[in-house]
Amino acid sequence: MEKPLTQHIVPSRKPLSLKEYEAVGGYASVRKILQELTPTEVQNLVKDSNLRGRGGAGFNTGLKWSFVPMGPDAPATKYLVANADEMEPGTFKDRVLLEGNPHQLIEGMIVAAYAIQANISYVFLRWAYKLAAKEITRAIAEAYEAGYLGKNIQGSGYNLEMHLHTGVGRYMCGEETALLNALEGKRANPRAKPPFPQVSGLYGKPTIVNNVETLCCLPHIINNGAEWFKGLSRSADAGTKLFGVSGRVKTPGCWELPMGTTIREILEDYAGGMQEGYLFRGLLPGGASTDFLVEEHLDLPMDYGSIQAAGSRMGTGTMIILDDQTCPVGFVHNLQHFFAQESCGFCTPCRDGLPWVERLLLAIDKGEGRPEDMLALEFHTKYLGPGNTFCALAPGAMEPLQSALKYFREDFEQHIVEHHCPWSTVWQPSI
Amino acid sequence: MLTTEEKHQIEHEISLVPTRKAACIEALKIVQQNRGWISDSSLAEVAEFVDMSPAELDSVATFYNLIFRRPVGRHVILLCDSISCYVMGYETIRDHLYSTLGIKYGETTEDGRFTLLPNACLGTCDCAPALMIDNDLYRNLTVEQLEEILNKYT
Repeated sequence: MEKPLTQHIVPSRKPLSLKEYEAVGGYASVRKILQELTPTEVQNLVKDSNLRGRGGAGFNTGLKWSFVPMGPDAPATKYLVANADEMEPGTFKDRVLLEGNPHQLIEGMIVAAYAIQANISYVFLRWAYKLAAKEITRAIAEAYEAGYLGKNIQGSGYNLEMHLHTGVGRYMCGEETALLNALEGKRANPRAKPPFPQVSGLYGKPTIVNNVETLCCLPHIINNGAEWFKGLSRSADAGTKLFGVSGRVKTPGCWELPMGTTIREILEDYAGGMQEGYLFRGLLPGGASTDFLVEEHLDLPMDYGSIQAAGSRMGTGTMIILDDQTCPVGFVHNLQHFFAQESCGFCTPCRDGLPWVERLLLAIDKGEGRPEDMLALEFHTKYLGPGNTFCALAPGAMEPLQSALKYFREDFEQHIVEHHCPWSTVWQPSI
Repeated sequence: MLTTEEKHQIEHEISLVPTRKAACIEALKIVQQNRGWISDSSLAEVAEFVDMSPAELDSVATFYNLIFRRPVGRHVILLCDSISCYVMGYETIRDHLYSTLGIKYGETTEDGRFTLLPNACLGTCDCAPALMIDNDLYRNLTVEQLEEILNKYT
């Protein structure tokens, strides 16, 4: 089984230096695009590979690039940004790539920047990833020294600057337009779209924001072709995917597997199944803002289409397991606390609705809930849903709630009827 | 007053962006690195240096979780309280820190050694529960390890 993105990552070992990375074929894609391919050809190759964004939304990467103005009339300044602000609860896949092989990310960023003819690029890194910051800083310096960054890269006439920017903590920074505001030194509120960042992004210039894992796929697509990339997958969505599992399983972790690997294989063959004494009840397939899936879904392939057809989203592909000894109300309350805290407060449904949801869940968990609270929760899943808020934060927050009300309804009602938590565990964030 | 070194570092950040204002978060990070937190007077000094009003800069400073607008101890403990750590029982770690340090979230020990804060997902969910102290990440935590970990910080 091919594992292009993680083949040179050994967790206990330092990441490859530039020389070591070159020795295993690193930066070959940069030489190839500069010598053989026009920016449009790179865009078309990536479009044909059917690479879809690995940050959660799953938009076709080449198509996303194609909206950037090109040619002699395009603005002289364009930007490429690597979204390394990994902060979706339960998600730890980009950390693996950032700490394990920073040169692969830089190589992918050069490919993406060349494809849209950007001359300035940023890695927007989460503050908490201290080791990644150290490794990326070193790798960028090495890449400049070797002539892969800076002026006249490899004698091609193409110029690209790269800077590392570390954030100061806020989930909103992962949303691409909020990320651009953060990079500009502003509050990370999302921006109205249109205009889309491809046309008017950072400082009003055309900008592409791509997820770390997406960018790390690019060198391999350039080197091996679109058909090879599609062939890595076991489903209609191309490539491999970093899948992760956390919670009460025997061996939690992150593995690069073919797109379309079933949930059951990931849970049983890689995560080792449930720990002794714990039973599986459900899972969030791709981070905190995805709908629950349950036992009946375990044989679904993990790809964008299959998970969506089951009423959820593949999201980041890192699953969080709900076991039988964890209270579903507490579990969902924990998620809603996170979203309420991280709401930027810009639009009313999100700013006011999420804290209300959080209070209702706490009341239910404490045994103080009323039957009509179930209706209030359902009301929120609709009014904080898609189309009613400025960005995707609140609709994302409603996904685990609406599916919990569907799959674990009896547990919620038992709290209300019996006036206490059947697990006797009331989660209170600030105590 | 911003020190010469602080001004020098902030000017370098300003040189990388189109406007002075655009470097304001970097400027806050530099000052916080030196002084531990951002006091009202630090905020005013930075604001003037990057051509912003103190109110506008405060709207940025208070937006971000890791810009401290209140004094903190010499070491800041950031305990992950998000979903995977919740499932894996971070609450026992929290309760042990409360009793060992005699403080709760948002408080600083009397000797000024530690401030304890809850923190959103640290992105190491396969090794939950987890916390960070300053720049150091600790994972797969058990209550038994805490004393040894805390002893590293004076």
